[in-house]
Amino acid sequence: MPLENPTSNMKNDFSGNSRRAFLKQVGLGLGTFVLYSDLIAFPSDQRKIEEEDSIASFIHVAEDGHITAYSGKTEVGQNIRTSLAQVVAEELRVPFEMVDMVLADTKLTPYDRGTTGSRTTPQMSLTLRKAAATLREMLKEEASDSWQIGKTSLSLEGGAIAHPSNGKRLTYAELANGKRLFEPYRDNVELTPVNEWKIAGTSVPKARGRDYVTGKHKYVSDLSLPNMQYGKILRPPVYGAKLKSLDISQVKSMEGVQVVRNGDFVGVTAPDATTASQALALLDASWDSKEHVSRKNLFDHLVKHANLSEKELEFEALNGFEDRLEQEFHIDYISHVPLETRVGVAEWDDDELTVWTGTQKPFGVQEDLCNEFSISKAKVRVITPDTGSGYGGKHTAEAGVEAAKLAKGVEKPVKVQWTREEEFKWAYFRPAGVIQVKSALESNGNLGAWQFHNFNSGGSGMQTPYRVKEKQEKYHRSDTPLRQGSYRALASTANVFAIESQMTDLAYYLKEDSLAFRLRHLDDPRMKDVLIAAAEKFHWENKLPQGRGKGLGCGYVKGGYVATFAEVAFDKESQKVVVKRLVTAFECGAIIHPKHLKSQVVGCVLQGLGGALFEAVDFEDGKINNASLSTYRVPKFSDIPEVEVVLLNRKDLDPAGAGEAPILGVAPAIRNAILDASGKRINRLPMIPDGKV
Amino acid sequence: MKINVNGKSHTINVSANPTLLEVLREQLELTGTKYGCGEAACGACRVMMDGTAVPACITPAVSAQGKDITTIEGLEKNGKLHPVQEAFLEEDVFQCAYCASGMIVSAVALLERNASPSREEIIEAMNGNICRCCTYPQIMAAIEKAKTSKA
Ligand code: FES
Ligand code: FES
Repeated sequence: MPLENPTSNMKNDFSGNSRRAFLKQVGLGLGTFVLYSDLIAFPSDQRKIEEEDSIASFIHVAEDGHITAYSGKTEVGQNIRTSLAQVVAEELRVPFEMVDMVLADTKLTPYDRGTTGSRTTPQMSLTLRKAAATLREMLKEEASDSWQIGKTSLSLEGGAIAHPSNGKRLTYAELANGKRLFEPYRDNVELTPVNEWKIAGTSVPKARGRDYVTGKHKYVSDLSLPNMQYGKILRPPVYGAKLKSLDISQVKSMEGVQVVRNGDFVGVTAPDATTASQALALLDASWDSKEHVSRKNLFDHLVKHANLSEKELEFEALNGFEDRLEQEFHIDYISHVPLETRVGVAEWDDDELTVWTGTQKPFGVQEDLCNEFSISKAKVRVITPDTGSGYGGKHTAEAGVEAAKLAKGVEKPVKVQWTREEEFKWAYFRPAGVIQVKSALESNGNLGAWQFHNFNSGGSGMQTPYRVKEKQEKYHRSDTPLRQGSYRALASTANVFAIESQMTDLAYYLKEDSLAFRLRHLDDPRMKDVLIAAAEKFHWENKLPQGRGKGLGCGYVKGGYVATFAEVAFDKESQKVVVKRLVTAFECGAIIHPKHLKSQVVGCVLQGLGGALFEAVDFEDGKINNASLSTYRVPKFSDIPEVEVVLLNRKDLDPAGAGEAPILGVAPAIRNAILDASGKRINRLPMIPDGKV
Repeated sequence: MKINVNGKSHTINVSANPTLLEVLREQLELTGTKYGCGEAACGACRVMMDGTAVPACITPAVSAQGKDITTIEGLEKNGKLHPVQEAFLEEDVFQCAYCASGMIVSAVALLERNASPSREEIIEAMNGNICRCCTYPQIMAAIEKAKTSKA
C-alpha cells in the first residue's frame, strides 16, 4: 500500500524546508503588527524571536480560510485533537469544524516535552488559547486600521470581521492572506471567559470520529511504504542475558530474509510478517544469564535494597500516643497493555531519517534517534499519528529505534510491530512498592501523628490531604527487579490507596463514620466538594442489606480532585466479592468537553478496577509468567459494575487534565467496602486476583 | 487462492501459510482490522465469516476459502454508514479507538443474529472484545441505541 498521506500533515509542510529552521531565520518589528511573507526582504538586524512563542508556531490561517493549529502533543485517546481544536475555535469565534489540529510531528509542530503528567490541558490548551486570542485581536486591529474605526465596534463571526454599519466583511483569510505570523503571542491577552464559552464547554463530536468507526484511520501499525520490510527482533530468553553465540544458517536460504546484527542487537527482515516471524524462530542463539529476583521475594527485596539509613525510619512524634495504627501495603507491578502494541516504521533517505511511531514523546524519540545514529535533529523527523493508547506506557522509543536500525541495515523501509508478548516483556511496568504507614490519634480523636514511607513505587500523591499535627512523608528509591516507568497517575494510586485505607481503619477504630472522619480533617474545599457530591449521589447514609458493604476513597493529583464510593457484594460461604456499583465525583476546573471528560473519568475508574482487583505481573527467574492477554487479566465487559459519574464544573478555575486523577479513588473505595462487608482488611494491590478475599 | 472479502473476490498468496489477519492487512490493504494479541483474547481482529464474528488472528487464511468475509471496511454501503457504525459515532464512544473495528464488527454480528439482545446477551457476545481505555459503558449504550434504531 502506498503511504497515502499518513498523517494528513503533509499538506502543511510549507516550502519543503524544515518549518522550524525556517522560523529561526525570522526577525520581528517590535510592537507593530506585521504579517510577513517575504522573509528575505526583512532586515536581519532586528530582534530574533523565540520560535516557540510565535503565533505561527501554533496557528496558521490558509488563503482558503482553513485554520490549522499545531501542537507537539500526541493523541492517545484523551481526545485532545478535539479539546484543543475547541479552544482555538472558541477564541477565534469560528465553527469547530474550521479548525484542524496537526499534532506530534517534530518537523511541523513546536517542541514539546511530551504528553505526560496531565499537562496538555493546563499548559498546551492555555497556550493555544492565548495564541488564538492574540491572532483574533491582531486581525481585529488590522481591520480597524484599514476601516479606520475603533476595535471595539467590530464583531466577529464564522472567521470574519464585520463592519458595524456598512455591512462589509473581512475574512480572516483575507486579513492573514495566507501569510504566517511571526509575532509572539501575548501572554496577557484577554481570553474568552469560561461562562461565555460557546464551543469550548460543549460536547462537540470527536474530531475525525468517522474515520474510527469506518476503520479508515491509519495508526502507525497500519502504515506501509513502498518496498517496506517487516522486522522482528531477537530477544533474550530472560532479562539481562548476553548473547553467547548465534547461528543464522537456517534462515540464509529463506527468500527475501535478511539478518541484521550489531553486537547484541539482532533482527531479521522479510517482505511479509509471516516470513519474518518464521525466520526469527529459526535463529539459533545461546545466552549467558544471571541471577534474578522473583515475585515471591519482591517486597522483601524492595525494602532491603532501599536507599536509606535506619535513622530515616525514626519518627519521634509517634511516641507517647496510645492509639496507634501501623500497617504495611504491598503493590505489585502492573502492565499498561495499550491495545496497539509498540510499532515503528522507519525510512532512510540518504542520511535523513523519518520514523513513524506511537509514542507520547515524539521529540524524545527524535533525541534518542539522534544519539543512536549520531546525527543532528535536522536530519530526523518523528511523526506520531493518533495512537492506540498509552496510559503513560509509551514514553520511550524502542520500536522506532529498532525499525531505524533494521532499515539502515537492509537499506529499505522497515516496520517493527511488537507482538503482545513483547509488549508484556520488553515495555516497562508501573512500579511495585511497599508502603509503611504509622499513625496516631489524639485523645480527642484528631490525627496526632502520621508517618508515611514509600519504598520504590514513587513519591507522587504521597502528601496526605488531611490535617495532622506532625507528619513525616518519605519516598525511598530501591533496586527494581523489573524495568519500571510512568503509568497513569504514577505512584499516586498506590499512595492514595494506603492513605485512604489507613483513614478508614482509623475511623473504624473510633467507631466514627468514615466520611465524617475525613471531612473533619480536611481543609481543602475542593476535596470536600467532591466527597460530598459523590456521597449524595451514592446515598452514603443509606443502610445496605446483609452481604453488602460500602466504602470510599478520595485524592487529588495534578489539578484533579476525585472521590469514589463503592458498593460490593460479599458471599460468606464462597468468600467471593463482586463490585456492584462505583460512584465517582470529579472536578478539574472548568470543563471543556463534558462528554469526553466523563469518558476519561469512567475509563480511569474502570481501568483502575483492574489494578485494584486482579492485575499483577507474575515473574520468576528473569521471566514473565503471564505475558499474554489470556493470562494477564484486564477488565472486560463482564467485570463492569454500575458506574455513575458526577462532574463538578468550576468555571472560575482554569481547566486541568483528567487522564490521571480519576483513577485514584477506586482501589481504596473497594478495599474499604470489602472491609465493611467482610471485616477483612486487604492491604495489597491487586486485592482479589481470584475474586475471593 | 481466492477469497471473498466485502463482496469481492481477491487472489491471495498463502505460500507462507499466513493468518487471515495478515492477509487482510498486508495483502489486501484492509488495515481496519487490528492486531491486539494474536491469540483470540482481545477481539481487535474480529471479522465476520459467513455472518459470525471470528478472530482473524488465529484463522488460517486458507480456511477462509469459499466463505464470505466482511471487515469493518465492508460495512459502509455507498457512503452510508451501517446503523451500528452510526450509533457508535453518535454516542461518541471511543477514546483511542483502536478497539473500534472489532467492537463494531462483533456488535453487527450480534444484532444480525439477535435483533433485540438483553443486557446479559450483549455482555456475553462482546466479552471477547477488550477496550483497554475501558469505554465499555459507552459501547453498551451504542449497542442499545443501534438495537432500538433497528427495531
Ligand atoms: S488479535 Fe485476534 S483476538 Fe486479539
Ligand atoms: S478506545 Fe482505546 S481500546 Fe477502546
